[in-house]
Amino acid sequence: MARAALMDFDKALELFEPVIGLEVHVELNTTTKMFSSAPNPANSAFHDAAPNTLITPVCLGLPGSLPVVNEQAIRSSISLGLALGCSIAESSRFARKNYFYPDLAKNYQISQYDEPIAFDGEVEVELENGRIFQVPIERAHMEEDAGKLTHIGGATGRIQGAEYSLVDYNRAGVPLVEIVTRPIFGAEADAPALASAYVSIIRDIALSLGISEARMERGNLRCDANVSLRPRGAEKLGTRTETKNVNSFRSIERAVRYEIQRQAAILADGGSITQETRHWHEDTGTTSAGRPKSDADDYRYFPEPDLLPVVPSPELIEQLRAELPEPPAARRRRLKAEWGFTDIDFQGVVNSNLLVEVTETVAAGATPAAARKWWTGELARIANAQNVDAASLASPAHVAELAGLVEAGTLTDRLARQVLEGVIAGEGSPQQIVDARGLAVVSDDSALIAAIDQALASQPDVLEKIRDGKVQAAGAVIGAVMKAMQGKADAARVRELVLERATAQ
Amino acid sequence: MSEIIRLTAAELGAKIAAGDVSSVEATRAHLDRIAAVDGAVHAFLHVDAEGALAAAADVDRRRAAGEAFGPLAGVPIAVKDVLVTEGMPSTAGSRILEGWIPPYDATPVRLVREAGMIPLGKTNMDEFAMGSSTEHSAYGPTHNPWDLDRIPGGSGGGSAASVAAFEAPLALGSDTGGSIRQPAHVTGTVGVKPTYGAVSRYGSIALASSLDQIGPVTRTVLDAALLQDVIAGHDPHDSTSIAEPWPSMADAVRRADVAGVRIGVVKQLDSDGVQAGVRSRFHEALALLERNGAEIVEIDAPSFEYAIAAYYLILPAEASSNLAKFDSVRFGLRVTPEGGGTVEQVMAATREAGFGPEVKRRIILGTYALSAGYYDAYYGSAQKVRTLVQRDFDAAFAKVDVLATPTAPTTAFKLGEKLDDPLSMYLNDVATIPANLAGVPGISLPAGLAPEDGLPVGIQFLAPARQDARLYNVGGALERLLEAEWGAPLLSRAPDLSSHEMAAAEEGAL
Repeated sequence: MARAALMDFDKALELFEPVIGLEVHVELNTTTKMFSSAPNPANSAFHDAAPNTLITPVCLGLPGSLPVVNEQAIRSSISLGLALGCSIAESSRFARKNYFYPDLAKNYQISQYDEPIAFDGEVEVELENGRIFQVPIERAHMEEDAGKLTHIGGATGRIQGAEYSLVDYNRAGVPLVEIVTRPIFGAEADAPALASAYVSIIRDIALSLGISEARMERGNLRCDANVSLRPRGAEKLGTRTETKNVNSFRSIERAVRYEIQRQAAILADGGSITQETRHWHEDTGTTSAGRPKSDADDYRYFPEPDLLPVVPSPELIEQLRAELPEPPAARRRRLKAEWGFTDIDFQGVVNSNLLVEVTETVAAGATPAAARKWWTGELARIANAQNVDAASLASPAHVAELAGLVEAGTLTDRLARQVLEGVIAGEGSPQQIVDARGLAVVSDDSALIAAIDQALASQPDVLEKIRDGKVQAAGAVIGAVMKAMQGKADAARVRELVLERATAQ
Repeated sequence: MSEIIRLTAAELGAKIAAGDVSSVEATRAHLDRIAAVDGAVHAFLHVDAEGALAAAADVDRRRAAGEAFGPLAGVPIAVKDVLVTEGMPSTAGSRILEGWIPPYDATPVRLVREAGMIPLGKTNMDEFAMGSSTEHSAYGPTHNPWDLDRIPGGSGGGSAASVAAFEAPLALGSDTGGSIRQPAHVTGTVGVKPTYGAVSRYGSIALASSLDQIGPVTRTVLDAALLQDVIAGHDPHDSTSIAEPWPSMADAVRRADVAGVRIGVVKQLDSDGVQAGVRSRFHEALALLERNGAEIVEIDAPSFEYAIAAYYLILPAEASSNLAKFDSVRFGLRVTPEGGGTVEQVMAATREAGFGPEVKRRIILGTYALSAGYYDAYYGSAQKVRTLVQRDFDAAFAKVDVLATPTAPTTAFKLGEKLDDPLSMYLNDVATIPANLAGVPGISLPAGLAPEDGLPVGIQFLAPARQDARLYNVGGALERLLEAEWGAPLLSRAPDLSSHEMAAAEEGAL
């Protein structure tokens, strides 16, 4: 694939105004699927099911099967709509979106078209640099997910060139809410950061409502980023592209930035943008052309005759409104105060998209400082090196347990980092790894004293200096002891004991 | 001919309950009749003799052990092939489902099994219930037991013919625009399309979801009522099924009395377009009802004349989407182009080979009607007409208790006669379609034979939604009055098909 020409980002911003629009799919974690009693693989209880085991005649679109709406999915969708500041439709309808594709069992998707359940909302998003945006929400609608295709043979893993493809219908019928923004103007150079920060807010909302696992790497949260450019001063919107397969917060920012630079280069060269979907490639940091897409794509939508309109009672809506958790922006202000973080420390957490992880780690028993240190420090560093989201590396419960072991003196920071590697490698909980690898700090003084005595005996000159009151000379002995203990000793305790033994002898 | 097969379902059920006949004997008698005459009639696509006898033996055993059953327990039943049956082929008359064995039972099938009834097999139908003659079945047409050269109606010609030919005491059918009532009309049997939502559609291979309804196909009004009592009721698997409980339809038949009942005659459906003999039997039946205390009122339903046009947009639109799932990926026929092909090419080749011409015609029509730019003009306008038809019904039912029409414009036509003229075929359903558009219930029962051709004629009654009991009241009363005049049921005048036994055996049918 020829690498597209890119214009320098600042230069692109000089010539063009970027306009972005975001479509976020949230997989609901209901126990059963959107339209059938099959277990929902987006619920953590059913994550690891073997292919084609979470299915009923409805998921397979068998002749004669009929959909039935999952009431819990309706409640979750209303809660999400309310949290997005949307109005909830008195009556909304499902529609059929007709197209042929082998992962779509019925060859139509049940979605909502002209009557979504929620519409006209607004979400506050604060960027790293302190800018605050009100992102306008056009609609949030319910739909079912398709199955999953795995293409076998061929070099790219895509359908083109594959010898054959396998279909897993476990995901067919997983409940989704698709949240669509209106075009977002005025972000300018912040457009890439805004896109990422917006999705992060959606994740916060979904998690605080408890309606989704909201893990991007699992596909619980998926973002399609629409980007278009218009020349400075122009009225008319430019032609947009829709970048799919962007499955980390970092990628969203990079993909939007890339599209701005790519489109700017084409437009500045007198070319025109093709309206199409584009695929994001994590490895190369580029997008490539997918299917041409036009507003005239004909899905032959019509009202789904197998389902009745969704008419939630005003009482239900008010009940769900009363149960809403505090809005993300307010929650952030409260947490910052409770944790006693500085602006910089708190923003560091937010910008790394680790607010939820830190909150849950604190809830699991860690001090705010320790939670912040582990997530924005070691975990963020490893995530960065591996090009993944830190949240995918370890669970808040494990991080809290790790911090607790350090706090209790069982682990030093250095040992704790080794334990963390074990956690990331999936070896078990921190305590299990400490036990299995034998990594605990040696807190048995007699073992330490034996090592200290040996070290002092082999370095008589140092012993002399300590006895002369040159306490800093003890460092050499401490180092030797730590080495002898293979790092499994608390250096402060070793120091105490060294001074004690030196003066005692 | 064995006496057992001449019994109505109610009579047979009573004899089985009394211990005069076992379910196994009843089942075997009907299987013997099928073996004897179905080579000529071709009502069945699949006969499950082994399964039926095993089910009958099970019911006999449980009854002997003291288990209590309803009035139809032990009675055999034929099932239209549009309903999926666990362990039995279910093709909907299409090549594209040849050999597919469903892993589950349709709700109405489950309910008849739970009532102790014995499914004998699957009956022939126009492919995916598209047609009025069964000539669009991929497996060859069914023949009318009154005249084997004529159509048995459609799409449920197989169910109606099986009942008319005494191969089964009763059957399940489906009615999207008349597929239960028009076959009843041309075979001298009883057919009921219940209120939309009365019977679950779960497991009924969908033609047009907003129009389809499952219902009884029988020889008497009481049998239809007993079967509707078994299959009606809310089903959590079908969101469009009605939640409220139903009164007993059998009770309505037993108490049938038309004194004081106001019957509306739809002006637009009582016209010169109706065959003379069909019209005269219709008016004789009305006169008979009037003599017995009913009040006959003329009703204007101006939108009914647009019903057929609206129907032939809504039906294909929904069907084009419902039939998209037949793509070879998960079940049914798979045709791979020579030298292999992409999934799109395999889907296209399968649908090209697996669907018949009428199905393709309607898929194309429906796809077009739903296309961007045409949606409002076609599908949108059709939905408006649908609302107008519903308003005509509302206005009519403000004045009368039920409406009456001839069920179809003509008696059974000859096989092949209208096969090349789809429009003329579509017009067969002019009187039955409005009920599907409005979701109201309808019944067709025998009104006699047309003098000019000696073929059966039906009369249709329509009632407001959820007032199915009114149909059973009026239908039950008329049936009693007519049979008193005739001295015997109409079907006793049908030809004895046993002369075809030899021919069938020679052809090696079944």
